Amino acid sequence: MIDSYLRQSALDHLGLAGRTSEEPEKAAVRLGEKLLPAAVNLRGDVADPAFVAALREALGVEPPSAPNTVATNGEVALLWLGPDEWLALQHGAAPEAEAQMAAKLRDALGDLHAATTEVGEQYVCIHLAGPKAREVIEKGCPLDLHPRAFGGVGHCAQSHLSKATILLHQVSPGEDGEPAFDLYTRRSFADYLWRWLEDAAGEYGVAIVAP
Amino acid sequence: MLQITCPHCGARAESEFHNGGEAHIERPKDPAALTDAEWAEFVFLRDNPKGLLLERWNHTQGCRRWFNVARDTVTYEILAVYPMGSQPPALDPRRYV
Ligand SMILES: [Zn+2]
Repeated sequence: MIDSYLRQSALDHLGLAGRTSEEPEKAAVRLGEKLLPAAVNLRGDVADPAFVAALREALGVEPPSAPNTVATNGEVALLWLGPDEWLALQHGAAPEAEAQMAAKLRDALGDLHAATTEVGEQYVCIHLAGPKAREVIEKGCPLDLHPRAFGGVGHCAQSHLSKATILLHQVSPGEDGEPAFDLYTRRSFADYLWRWLEDAAGEYGVAIVAP
Repeated sequence: MLQITCPHCGARAESEFHNGGEAHIERPKDPAALTDAEWAEFVFLRDNPKGLLLERWNHTQGCRRWFNVARDTVTYEILAVYPMGSQPPALDPRRYV
């Protein structure tokens, strides 16, 4: 493995850090990028207690078996992607966190029939929050995001937003009228999706923030 | 647009799915023994009934898993969703002609 290399967001060229709003609380939608998440894709058999124990040992959190749910210990979140597939995510971690997380998982999993793949650099995480955040996503996504159907915090879903594949994670329930979502997309879609979101949120008033 | 119930994710919009064609087409056990006509039958020829059709779907933009669907091609009604590798439930073939 190389010791160091340039890690650059796929939205770097938009210069978002220089466009952050002075008064984000006045906007109905706040948009920002959560830079360079550490992400490891995990495959394994959730019915095997040894697999669950290995994840608990390596990450401090067990894989959720209920579809489209998230388990978290506050630091690492495990998002359900399929009946035998999860995404382990960590934000704000050091650049080497992802390789360390994967190494710990491989140690803990040993000879089990399981797979770990470092995928952080394929994802861009766009954070959307505010009273109209849900309406913006609803403009281009077929998911029913009404609180009755999309169960608030701890709920995730894979779908598409204006034809781009997304993984949506609700990180704040919005009972205070301020729902918040982390939206993951592949880096080649990131520029398109950011521009689409900024345009779609325009009518409500949009502020760029550093989440 | 159809609403399709993924066995894992629940009811989702058709645009999240990919149709994989007719279900239960078995790959020949001894391909070398097949005549050209039998190959053509396996590779190209599919039923196109007016009524019940068993087909495969993949939840491509969701959990990316395959499953089987029994669908009425006239009403578009989805009559059953069942796992890959299992046989369809007993259903009325619903032939309209
Ligand atoms: Zn699904």
